[in-house]
Amino acid sequence: MKIAVCIKRVADMGARFQIGADGASVSDAGIKYDMSDFDEWAVEAALQLNEKHGGGEVTVISLGPDSAQETLRKALAMGADKAVHLKADRIPFDGFAIAEALAAELKDGGFDLVLFGRIAVDSAAGVTGAMVAELLDMPCVTAVSKLEVSGTTGTAERQVEGGVETLSFPLPALCTIDQGLVTQARYPSLKGIMAAKKKPMESKPAQLGAISVNVSKMELPPERSAGRIVGEGAAAVPELIRLLQTEAKVL
Amino acid sequence: MPTYKAPLDDMKFVLNDVIDYSRLTSLPGYADFDVDTAMSVLEGAAQFCEEVLHPINQNGDAEGCHIDHGAVTTPSGFKSAYQKYVESGWPALSADEAFGGQGFPQTLRFAVEEMICASNLSFGMFPGLSHGAYHALLMHGADDLKATWLPKLVTGEWSGTMCLTEAQCGTDLGLLTTKAEPRSDGSHAITGNKIFISAGDHDLTDNIVHLVLARLPDAPSGIKGISLFIVPKFLLHADGTPGAANGVRCVSIEHKMGIKASPTCVLAFEHSVGWLVGETNKGMRGMFTMMNAARLAVGMQGLGLSEVAYQNAVSYAKDRLQGRSLTGVKNPSGPADPLIVHPDVRRSLMTIRAFNEGARALSLWVGTHIDMHEKHPDPAVRKDADDFVALMTPIVKAYFTDMGFECTNMALQIYGGHGYIREYGMEQFVRDARIAQIYEGANGIQALDLVGRKLPAEGGRLLRFFFHPLSERLQRTVQDPQLKEFAEPLAKSFARLQQATQFIVMKAMSNPDEAGAASTDYLRMFGLVALGDMWLRMAEVSLAKLPTATGDRSFHDAKIKTARFFMTKMLPEVHGLFARIMAGAGPVMALEAEGF
Repeated sequence: MKIAVCIKRVADMGARFQIGADGASVSDAGIKYDMSDFDEWAVEAALQLNEKHGGGEVTVISLGPDSAQETLRKALAMGADKAVHLKADRIPFDGFAIAEALAAELKDGGFDLVLFGRIAVDSAAGVTGAMVAELLDMPCVTAVSKLEVSGTTGTAERQVEGGVETLSFPLPALCTIDQGLVTQARYPSLKGIMAAKKKPMESKPAQLGAISVNVSKMELPPERSAGRIVGEGAAAVPELIRLLQTEAKVL
Repeated sequence: MPTYKAPLDDMKFVLNDVIDYSRLTSLPGYADFDVDTAMSVLEGAAQFCEEVLHPINQNGDAEGCHIDHGAVTTPSGFKSAYQKYVESGWPALSADEAFGGQGFPQTLRFAVEEMICASNLSFGMFPGLSHGAYHALLMHGADDLKATWLPKLVTGEWSGTMCLTEAQCGTDLGLLTTKAEPRSDGSHAITGNKIFISAGDHDLTDNIVHLVLARLPDAPSGIKGISLFIVPKFLLHADGTPGAANGVRCVSIEHKMGIKASPTCVLAFEHSVGWLVGETNKGMRGMFTMMNAARLAVGMQGLGLSEVAYQNAVSYAKDRLQGRSLTGVKNPSGPADPLIVHPDVRRSLMTIRAFNEGARALSLWVGTHIDMHEKHPDPAVRKDADDFVALMTPIVKAYFTDMGFECTNMALQIYGGHGYIREYGMEQFVRDARIAQIYEGANGIQALDLVGRKLPAEGGRLLRFFFHPLSERLQRTVQDPQLKEFAEPLAKSFARLQQATQFIVMKAMSNPDEAGAASTDYLRMFGLVALGDMWLRMAEVSLAKLPTATGDRSFHDAKIKTARFFMTKMLPEVHGLFARIMAGAGPVMALEAEGF
């Protein structure tokens, strides 16, 4: 099967973020970057599908500045066969602009399956995959937690409130991958890292669509104020209950 | 719970700008291993250490290993982590390609060792010992032994051990009594008891390859009568898979201060089949091959633990609000200022940082010499590189592990009471760091190795490889208006080191106790000057880069400030050590043994 996986380079979510000088972006200082978790699972899902069915080819695509190539290289080290870097000065917030660039790259690729992570863990918009499906006129299943392919038919499961729904669809199709489809993405092996050096990586300008949504301002959440100790032992209980009723209004 | 991020930026800086890593790529077999490739390998190793090894470090300490009817089990998570480690191919990193290795430069193995030790020292013991066994067998084993045992040591499917110590002999191996009796097929029957065998038994691999020191029936007494044998836990079927048990029994495991997830075993060998490695009665040679490599690796344990302790202490010092800055409120919106405003906390953090970064540079610098020794086409260059490694080995082992203990302890102190309780993981780092000062030759023995073997060797020839380049660098930099502030204090300390060297060599001729009494102070002095050399180089690079730096501006700014801290606040310890050395052995030995 020919599978494309669209992946995004995102900041390590465990970092201490600071707002950049423009007030509308995250400062780069001291931030580490890696592949978005859901995208890693999507790469893993693609590799597992092809391992199961034998043969096939996995192409990973990422849009962004040159640093996106590091993320693509990691996917190659995991086992993807080739990479396409869609070069852009920055990754815009506008999912549709990105979707247009990805669709332009994907449309003539002859892919049986296009995979995305359900959301990018930084922007968490979760719309780009569905937009690409619309642009490519492909069936789309979002938040897939199980995926099987048989001939030209795909079967996907989604976790919904209180249950599971199973959907079937013809290929080619686009799926966004949720947590749970794979238990864990594989770690790049030493051999994989060495092999990745020799795998093809194409870099070309991204054909971004018009950007109509921009981030105008970013703020850190307000710092939590210090807690208050009402008193100690049983004697403090009446006062605590009074405060929970009158001040916090939670009782 | 503590956190760990591998210091990849600093490693890249050291490889690229400090130790001239790229010259290795001109060595035969290393053309593919340029800095970019090296960094992708280090990134892969970093991810593995951060996400697989670090998360099981604390529970490994709490659970420890267990023994039931002679079978040792490792703490939960260790088996699956080890499987992932093998599947990812890490054991093969710098192993010989002829036996399935990836043939990477040893320099990179040093960097990976640091990360493994920082994330989970107990786990690191298993592949560390395997590598020692691999190395000894590679250097001294006959071809058929190599073909049988090396490939699976390289993949990590089997692990290795070093069985040296017995109840009556630790440092003095001449006393060992384990017997090796010749068998008709050319193999030997090994019988005896070994203690303190790290990874001596466990549930991570299908077989364990023990390298055992034992004595043949007609062997001379003492150190000259010891031979080295390979003794597997299980003998092999004809198809090479593990078969019958080979009479190697784990009698018990030790209850110990740290590295609790690494089983320290008492092993009983009862007529176990073993094969001679190297020549009869030349076992110490093979053992030293293992020991020398292992000593450098143990040095990396000190550094790794110091690094992880530092990262957590920094984060605690930034978060924990206690007291107000001596120079006025720094955090007006909070009830107190973060710990990091306090100069004494800063002093601790700067000390650990300056050690870590200096030691990292020095270890990788030594690593490049191992690669030069192994790969350079010119035998003279190979010999010089080996001599430099021989000189630096006791320093890396003892100075790094002494500092590993001191630095983890300082990091704990920043946490106050929270450092002493288990929850934050800091006391584990201190306990884990302690063993590194003891095993693979206690640090006192390292100091004796330095003054007793390395200084006098070939009329002081080994010293040249450190003294001459440093002397040249100082002559050049002491004139430089920007570098002068770094070069001058280092030049003064270097002069003290040279004087102390002369003093020890002269005095030791008439009284060896003089060398013995000076040895530990001298080794530390050497370590400080060696780190000073690294800090001078790093300051030079960062000063040159700072004016045009953009994204890495704060990195170079911090390097220069840390270099200044090292030269003014840590290096002066040399002068105290010098005074102690010059006071001679008299005050140390004056009180008679009966007087204690």
